[in-house]
Amino acid sequence: MPENLLEVRDLTITPAGTQTPVLHDVSLSLASGERVGLIGESGSGKSLTAQSVMGLLPEELHTRGRVHLQGHSGNLLDAKETTLAGMRSDIVSMVFQEPMSALNPLMRIGDQIAEVLRIHGKVPRAQIPTRVRDLLRDVHMPDPDSARFAYPHQMSGGQRQRVMLAIALANSPRLLICDEPTTALDVTVQKRMLDLIAERVSDVEAGLLFITHDLAVVAGICDRVIVMYRGRIVETGSVDEIFTAPQHEYTRGLLASSDLDATDERGRLFTLKTALAYSGPRLDKAASSAEPVEPGDSVDGTASVTDDDGTASVRESAPLIDVSDVTRVFRGRGLFGRRRSDVTALGGIDFAVSTGARLGIVGESGSGKSTLLNILSGLDRPTTGHVRVGDIRVEAASSQALRRLRERLQIVFQDPFASLDPRMRIADIVAEPLIAAGIDKDERDARVMEMITAVDLDADSLRRYPHQFSGGQRQRISIARALVTKPQILVADETVSALDVSVRAQVLNLLTDLVDEYALTLLFVSHDLGVVKHLCSDVIVMKAGQIVESGATEDIYANPQEEYTRSLIAATPSLAEALAAG
Amino acid sequence: MKPTGAQSPRDHADPVDLNPAAATASANGGSARSRKSGRRVNASMVIGAGLVVLIVALALVSFVWTPYDANAIDPAARLQNGSLAHPFGTDTFGRDTLTWVMVGARITLLVGVVAVGIALLIGTPIGIISALFAKQPWGIWIDSVIMRANDILLAFPALLLAIIFAAVYSPGTGPAMVAVGIAAIPGFARVARSGTLQVLGTEYVRAARASNRRIPAIAVVHVLPNIAGMVIVQASVAFAISVLAEAGLSFLGLGTQAPTPSWGRMLQESQQYLSTHPELALWPGVFIALAVLGFNLLGDGLRDRFDPKMEARGA
Repeated sequence: MPENLLEVRDLTITPAGTQTPVLHDVSLSLASGERVGLIGESGSGKSLTAQSVMGLLPEELHTRGRVHLQGHSGNLLDAKETTLAGMRSDIVSMVFQEPMSALNPLMRIGDQIAEVLRIHGKVPRAQIPTRVRDLLRDVHMPDPDSARFAYPHQMSGGQRQRVMLAIALANSPRLLICDEPTTALDVTVQKRMLDLIAERVSDVEAGLLFITHDLAVVAGICDRVIVMYRGRIVETGSVDEIFTAPQHEYTRGLLASSDLDATDERGRLFTLKTALAYSGPRLDKAASSAEPVEPGDSVDGTASVTDDDGTASVRESAPLIDVSDVTRVFRGRGLFGRRRSDVTALGGIDFAVSTGARLGIVGESGSGKSTLLNILSGLDRPTTGHVRVGDIRVEAASSQALRRLRERLQIVFQDPFASLDPRMRIADIVAEPLIAAGIDKDERDARVMEMITAVDLDADSLRRYPHQFSGGQRQRISIARALVTKPQILVADETVSALDVSVRAQVLNLLTDLVDEYALTLLFVSHDLGVVKHLCSDVIVMKAGQIVESGATEDIYANPQEEYTRSLIAATPSLAEALAAG
Repeated sequence: MKPTGAQSPRDHADPVDLNPAAATASANGGSARSRKSGRRVNASMVIGAGLVVLIVALALVSFVWTPYDANAIDPAARLQNGSLAHPFGTDTFGRDTLTWVMVGARITLLVGVVAVGIALLIGTPIGIISALFAKQPWGIWIDSVIMRANDILLAFPALLLAIIFAAVYSPGTGPAMVAVGIAAIPGFARVARSGTLQVLGTEYVRAARASNRRIPAIAVVHVLPNIAGMVIVQASVAFAISVLAEAGLSFLGLGTQAPTPSWGRMLQESQQYLSTHPELALWPGVFIALAVLGFNLLGDGLRDRFDPKMEARGA
């Protein structure tokens, strides 16, 4: 099949020792220079598909089907490792998700790029340094001449991902596969990275297979979209077709749940389930109108009730949380006490949160959000300044006061895989704060049961271990653990940023429900402005340890005062904008 | 530190499955190894476990049945080569070598169990406590003191300690076991300390702290179960070292004393016949080697199973 760059036919992958395939009869094709997005949630088989093209599948998976690549006759699935090795980077290259671990930490990045060039021997040895510099320049690396000599740890995540892109494109492959290349990056960096990928791919006239779970990202960069669900391709079509007239109900659900501007009658985000029931046509309208949709414009404005509620409940009384002039400086510790350079994580933070408010804290990584949370929850102490939560002075709290603080303030952490002890049963995990509070067994069991039901998990889950749950379910468990002591304040630290779009909507709805039900004060930390906009009544924008802007969410979004806020808002991928631009 | 997902879903019951929890990990590239170590039966572990079972079986059977009485002297049948009556031959007093090998396994295992028990029960808590202090800003010096004391202990070889013990008390199995056990304490302390530091850095411990768990409770509830794997690996390796140390001490006359059969003593007694009857040294030598090999392989296999680095690194 010479006309297509990549041709996959009836690819079925079955893990050794089971009969159930994880990939069912996947067929797809990609013409030269075409950009195709492969969309699906975790576990849908999109990465497996890409790996089978690269010949990187784990050995214990049985494959059936055919994979053809232009310039190579025969089935890639049967190809020998030596054949595959010759093709990788020459014909097909890949950029991985995690820039932090994809580069060798002990090698200068110039050498890592040169290595790829040397192995494939397309470039004469003498020209390699020049080529490395050109490649770095092409990915817009600042100062490409000296960047060659940098080590990976000296670069930011975005820069490392650029290096990965430079490596992937070093031998001018005809097909570039990107596996969630921007998921681990900040929004502003993500924007630049996406532009860069699009630019480089069109420069070298390569085909692009772009794997992601984020629809908004795909809309901006791809011509055609393939939607995968549970190991099958459920829908294929041009970006416009898929986004304006999705055929398959899963696609529709995915669209609905990734649109943070659209809400149902109760002011909740659409999930896969509710999207099937309510929102097909409305979504079409939302997406095709090609501009941000006013919340609930098609349901008589009731959807904006949440926001109004949030603002209304900000009362005149003394604020529940009062942070004044807080700084936190980390002492740099050099070898033998020499060479100390201090890092100022927080430089003079002031804000107050009223009872019942929903405050979003937004900023890129390194802006001091997590440090601030640690200080608020008494896990860390400020260098200077005062923090008051209720009647507790956190910066000077005794261990007893800290215990009282933690009874009032609970945290849901970012990483659903790291925040649950892998060796404990769910029942014990959720009961842990109760044990700490000295509550007896019967009451504990009742409360755990109540919370597990409240987060929509069945009682059966209590006997199981964390690894038996998906990311979204684990976040529910985390939320149950945080709320089981009935705190007044819930702190959510990037709680949904590790989740798939469809799951994200569910967890956000759950959070909204619980915040209403238990009358919680919510502090929601995120780098995703879309989520904050949906959930929070007020927002604080942080940059480099400072608050650059704060106010009511709607004001900030409608009328950002600071350049930084504007760039954050602009960088947030949104379906509507991406479609309008494309 | 961004949403990378799949940090460490340990012990996949079923790594590739439509269950999204497991599939998240398998969809993310690098989980091939996790599947290998988690699922495939590990060859070194099987061989190691087989050898260990063999030694344990020898010791157990010896309580019920041995071909001859261990200390039955038969001058008529001295220094025989292998035969149907005496498969491994006989020694200078006509005692059956097979019987001695079987009964000798008891001492080997006893020394291993007691020495490892001492080291594990003392070393592990020391390591955990030390790590807990290391995490407190005010407690770093306590950690330093504990670990430097540990280093000093590490500088004493087991043999040296055993010689001192034999000199102070009388030479015997008891002092030898205690000496070997004490010498193994630093290893456990270090493993437990590094494991504890790792666990204390995890988000689930942060979560436990944020939900008001006290530090002793965290140590018992979160740290212990999560470092158990590493400690078990260390135990199996320490067991192999103890077996070797016991044999060496008995060979030097500082360990097990006559008339108790022990592999080390067999080696010692076979010395003078090495040129004429090398098989007398061969049999205890082979079994010491098998026991050490068995525990080491078992340790390797267990490490592959337990080591978080070898396991599901999803991202």
